[in-house]
Amino acid sequence: MSSSRGVWLAWAVQALLVLAVVAGAVWVVHHALEVLRARGVRSGFDFLTEPAGFSISEGWLDFDASQPFWRAFLAGLINTVRAAVPAAIFSVVLGTLIGIGRLAPHVLLRGICTAYVELLRNVPLLVQLLMLAFAMANLLPDPTEPVRLLPGVWLSKGGLSVPWPMVGEGGLHFELPERGDFGVSGGAALSPEYVTIVAGLSFYSAAFVAEIVRAGILSVSQGQVLAGQALGLSPVQQLRIVVLPQALRVIVPSLTNQLLSLTKNSSLAVAVGYPELVSVANTTIGTNGRAFECIAIIMAVYLLLSLLISFGMNRYNARVALRGWR
Amino acid sequence: MRSVTQGPIAWRSELWGSPLRSLATVLLLALLAWGGFHVVEWGIVHAVFRPDAEACRAVQHGACWGVVAEKWRPMLFGRFPYEEQWRPAVAVVVLSAVTMLSAWPRSWRWWLVPLWIVALLLFVLLMRGGVPGLIHVPTGRWGGLPLTIGLAVVGLALAFPLALLLALGRRSGWPVVRTLSASYIELVRGVPLISVLFMASFLLPLLWPAGWQPDVLVRVLAGLALFVAAYLAEIIRGGLQAVPRGQTEVAMALGFGRWPVQRDIVLPQALRLVVPALTNNVVGTLKDTSLVTVVGLFELTGALGLALGGDPTWRPFYLEGYLFVAAVYWVLCFGLSRYSVWLEKRLSAAP
Repeated sequence: MSSSRGVWLAWAVQALLVLAVVAGAVWVVHHALEVLRARGVRSGFDFLTEPAGFSISEGWLDFDASQPFWRAFLAGLINTVRAAVPAAIFSVVLGTLIGIGRLAPHVLLRGICTAYVELLRNVPLLVQLLMLAFAMANLLPDPTEPVRLLPGVWLSKGGLSVPWPMVGEGGLHFELPERGDFGVSGGAALSPEYVTIVAGLSFYSAAFVAEIVRAGILSVSQGQVLAGQALGLSPVQQLRIVVLPQALRVIVPSLTNQLLSLTKNSSLAVAVGYPELVSVANTTIGTNGRAFECIAIIMAVYLLLSLLISFGMNRYNARVALRGWR
Repeated sequence: MRSVTQGPIAWRSELWGSPLRSLATVLLLALLAWGGFHVVEWGIVHAVFRPDAEACRAVQHGACWGVVAEKWRPMLFGRFPYEEQWRPAVAVVVLSAVTMLSAWPRSWRWWLVPLWIVALLLFVLLMRGGVPGLIHVPTGRWGGLPLTIGLAVVGLALAFPLALLLALGRRSGWPVVRTLSASYIELVRGVPLISVLFMASFLLPLLWPAGWQPDVLVRVLAGLALFVAAYLAEIIRGGLQAVPRGQTEVAMALGFGRWPVQRDIVLPQALRLVVPALTNNVVGTLKDTSLVTVVGLFELTGALGLALGGDPTWRPFYLEGYLFVAAVYWVLCFGLSRYSVWLEKRLSAAP
């Protein structure tokens, strides 16, 4: 491409390519609108201000059938975050423990952690979620006879009840759920669908986080560990002071991808009846047939979430990376 | 931190080397014994293996494997006509045999491509029929394991050429090509597969005139391939970046053209480097095919719903059904990931 003729040719071909892509996109949209009009289907985003006609059973944002669609999508998005953030925290904590456990100087512990990873990551998340949902709905005791897992933690077909911080007269205190004649009251009552999606996502992602953590620890050279030993550091100190800070440089970029995939995987909640964004969009398509608009909303929101997570994790990565090695 | 030595002797000191270790060992053994006892009691001792729903309902703390004995055909083959189910079985065997042959690095020759084309044609012929001797089975009745494997294999086969173009495009010297490829890859990787499948199932029909509808299987396959291509492209790009730049420069200096350099020098090395990562992606795609249940195709996960959902006699034993389906997926995926580890070792050992 050194000759000027070659440069002109390259630009001409690229200009044609841009034209072809733009023309293709315009044709597809135009054609789709035409087909919609021919079938008498209305299109556009004007439906967002109309009453939704369906209700959303749970979430931080109250929503009933008389409120507009845009509020339903907002409630769905908030529910996505409500499921993805706890799942991300649980999976990172559990995954880190299992990843370290896979390298522990104890053969039984290594075996258990390896078995966990190999079992969980080789079965589709959807199958695990459906299995969990079935177990929650059929195998647990009725809400009137809950099992106590820990003091103040109750599990039944009605969901999971956990202690929750409340601001009362005596300042901040934790309200413990109490068992009464008609089930558990007080604390935070989490629906079975919510427990299914958070637990399923956490357990599944933990297997991948464990592999990332393990690879990160293995990337730190053995000499560093031996040097730590020579300095008289305990095994926990070796891990905390010598290994983990260096391993983080390898871990953080892969962990970013894993968190992105966790967020996208939260869309599988549609299959277990937890009303997050994709579920709300699916219901909306069933109600008014605005498939194009609803799918555009899903894609736009997920792209935005992905960008936000990438941005946040890149900031964190800049902090753990070696100076000059960004 | 890390165990340097391994084997039974190292294990003994790991298990009983100090009082603390012995305590941990005893605790873990107790945990394993407790868990193992319950699993064996539920899954074997108290389990019912006969396809006898009465006996299954009578047993309190035992698995009902009878549901698998009774329903394994609809679980594995979905709604495929009962008498014709030898066809999907043979189709699965054909694809598995060709896959295993391709797994052997010595068979990485040109004849693998025509072999795959013949195998895929045979697969479609067996599934679809419509020739003398084989009655026609519409794609709506395909299901179960053959659909899972077929979707994964054909989806990947369709995605691969596109991924290759995208990977080369993202490294192109032409800014427009680079931007277009990068935007496509990042756009697709930013959205969940479910939204792409919704698009294939709800939106693609709008692009055709009302009278003519492409088959839902074809649309889903197109969506899956477009989705997988973005991930494959990034893996291939990783391989392309690992080939030293000097090789390109030397080849150019020797008079190779722009495309022959990529085709004969860079790509063969790059693809060889990324085969383990590609295998991991195959595992991911195989697991992802379970999502097509959401848009109404009954592959392995969906076929279970078909087999048990409409049958009140066996519906209470979904858990055993899920465990069976999970076991099938596990065998396939674990086998592939072990293969990937083996291949990585073998390729890194090769000169």
